[in-house]
Amino acid sequence: MPEISRAEVAHLATLARIDLSDAELDHLAPQLSVILESVASINGVAGDDVPPTSHALPLTNVFREDVVVPGLTAEEALSGAPAAEGHRFSVPRILGEEQ
Amino acid sequence: MTAPVTDTLMPFDDVLAAYDPALGLEVHVELNTASKMFCGCPAVFGGEPNAGVCPTCLGLPGAMPVVNGKAVESAIRIGLALNCDIAEWCRFARKNYFYPDMPKNFQTSQYDEPICFDGYMDVEVDGETVRVEIERAHMEEDTGKSLHVGGSTGRIHGADYSLVDYNRAGIPLIEIVTRPILGAGGRAPEVARAYVAQLRELIVALGVSEARMDQGNLRADVNLSLAPKGSGVLGTRTETKNVNSFRSVERAVRYEMQRHAAILSGGGSIRQETRHWHEDTAITTSGREKSDAEDYRYFPEPDLVPVAPSREWVDELRGTLPENPTVRRARLQAEWGFSDLEMRDTVGAGALGLVEETIAEGAAPQAARKWWLGELARRSNEDGVDIVDLPITPAQVARIQALVDDRTVNDKLARQVFEGVLAGEGSPDEVVASRGLAVVSDDGALGAAVDSAIAANPDVAGRIREGKVAAAGALIGVVMKEMRGQADAGRVRELILEKLA
Repeated sequence: MPEISRAEVAHLATLARIDLSDAELDHLAPQLSVILESVASINGVAGDDVPPTSHALPLTNVFREDVVVPGLTAEEALSGAPAAEGHRFSVPRILGEEQ
Repeated sequence: MTAPVTDTLMPFDDVLAAYDPALGLEVHVELNTASKMFCGCPAVFGGEPNAGVCPTCLGLPGAMPVVNGKAVESAIRIGLALNCDIAEWCRFARKNYFYPDMPKNFQTSQYDEPICFDGYMDVEVDGETVRVEIERAHMEEDTGKSLHVGGSTGRIHGADYSLVDYNRAGIPLIEIVTRPILGAGGRAPEVARAYVAQLRELIVALGVSEARMDQGNLRADVNLSLAPKGSGVLGTRTETKNVNSFRSVERAVRYEMQRHAAILSGGGSIRQETRHWHEDTAITTSGREKSDAEDYRYFPEPDLVPVAPSREWVDELRGTLPENPTVRRARLQAEWGFSDLEMRDTVGAGALGLVEETIAEGAAPQAARKWWLGELARRSNEDGVDIVDLPITPAQVARIQALVDDRTVNDKLARQVFEGVLAGEGSPDEVVASRGLAVVSDDGALGAAVDSAIAANPDVAGRIREGKVAAAGALIGVVMKEMRGQADAGRVRELILEKLA
C-alpha cells in the first residue's frame, strides 16, 4: 500500500527546498500518506484494460513550425526581477551546485 | 579560490598494466533550428542579454510550451544516423533542480522514454574499427548562461553574486549517451577523441548543428572508471564536464585514468563526483558529489503531449541521411587516390571534412592534404586548438593553393600567406598584397638578378656552359637570395639555362 515515511517526506522537502520543522514533519507526513492512499483507491476502479496515463487527452504530435516569433524586450523580461544589472538577472551567489 | 590540490598521477603504462578502463561519453548537440525547443524565441545565443526570451523560456506562470517540430525531425535524423531505433511513442519529462540557470526550476528533458535508443557508431582509430554502442539520444533544452561577479577569479567559487542571461535557455539540445566502452585499454583516450570527432563529422553532414566545440554547440562529458585488470567489474566513475575540444577529450581521459590509478593503487577509493576540466592547466578538479543531488524527481511533462513519430515519417527521414561514414571514407579515398596511410592520417587529424571542402573549392587532393596535415596541423598543435577551429576556411586554403598554381607565390611564400590569414590579416589575396609576397615574375627584374649572379660566379657559369646543368642549382640559390625568396625558382632556372646556352 502506498505509505510515505516521515524520512521520505523530509527528503522530498529537502529536494524541494522547503524548510520543515520536526513538528511540521510530524503533522504533514501522516496527512500525505492519507492523500496517497485516497488517490490509490482509483486503482480499484481501473482494471487491467485501463493503461496508466499522464495526459487527460489522447493527443500526440502537437508541433510548432520552426518560426521565430517576437517575445519580450529585455526591459519587459527584467521588469519583475528583484535585481538586475546590465540587462541580466542578478541572483545570489551559488554554492557548489553547478550543473 | 583555494589553490587546486595537485593530484598524484600514475605513469600511463603502469595504469595499463594494472587496470582496465571503462569509458562513457555524453555529448550535447545544440541544434541550429531557427527557434527554441518549446517557444518561438530565436535559437541564437549571444547578442543583447535577455532580448531573446519570452514567458515560456523564462518559466513565467501560465506560459505553455509547444514542441518545435523541426527539432524532433533533427533528433530522429541524428538517431537514424547513429543506427538507433526510433521510439514509436515517447514523452518529455521534468528534471527538477534548483539552479538559477534554469528559471523554471526544472529542465524539460526526456527520462526513461528517449526518442532514439540502441544504436552504434563504428569509429576508426589508427586504421582499426571500434564499435561504440549508443544507449540513447534524447531531446532537451539548454540552460541560461551565468556570469559570476566578484571574488578573485570570476569563477564560481568566491563569486559574490551571479548575473544570468536566458537567451540560451530553451535552445534545443540532443544528448547522445554511449554505453560503457570496454576493452579499449591504452587506446581509451584515442577512442574517446575519435568518437567525438567522428560524431561531430556526422552532425555536420546532417546539417543539424553548427557543431563548433569552441562555441559550445557540441559539449562532451567524459565518464571514466577503472577496474583491476581482468576483473570484469565496473569501478566507481567520475564525470568530467564540458570538455570542449577533441584534444581535451583525449587528455581528460588520460588524466582521469592516471589519477584514478594513483588513488586506487594507494588503497584509496574514487569519489563518485563530477569533475571540472581546466583547459589551461590540463587537469581536472573536484566538482559536485553525486548523491542526493542526483534525485531529480523526474515525472512526465503534463504540458506537452507525447511524441509518436509515424513509421512513414521515420522512413522518409531515413531517406534524407548523408552517406554512411565508412562508405564515404572509402569513396573519398578512391576519388582522391590517397594511400591507406594518407587516409588514416587525414581522418586521425580530424581533417577529412576540411580536405573534402578544400578539394571542392578547387584544390588538388594532394595539395589540400599537404596544407591541412602539414602547415595547419602543426599550427593546431602549437596553438592547442582543434584543426577545425583554426581561423582559416577551406576556401581560403584552396585560394592559397591556386596562388601557388598560377605562380603568384611559391611554396615558401605560401607559408607566409597562411601565417597572415591565421593572424587575421584578411583573405589570401589581401595578405599577398599587404605583405608584398607576390613573386617577381617580371623577366626584366629577374633577368637583371640572373645576370649579376652569373657575373659574380664565373666558375659556376662556366661549368653550366660546358653542359653541367646540375650546377645551375648554386646560381638559382644566389638569385633567390637576391630576390629575398620572392621569385619563381623554376623560371629562374629557365632564365639561367637560356642565358648560358
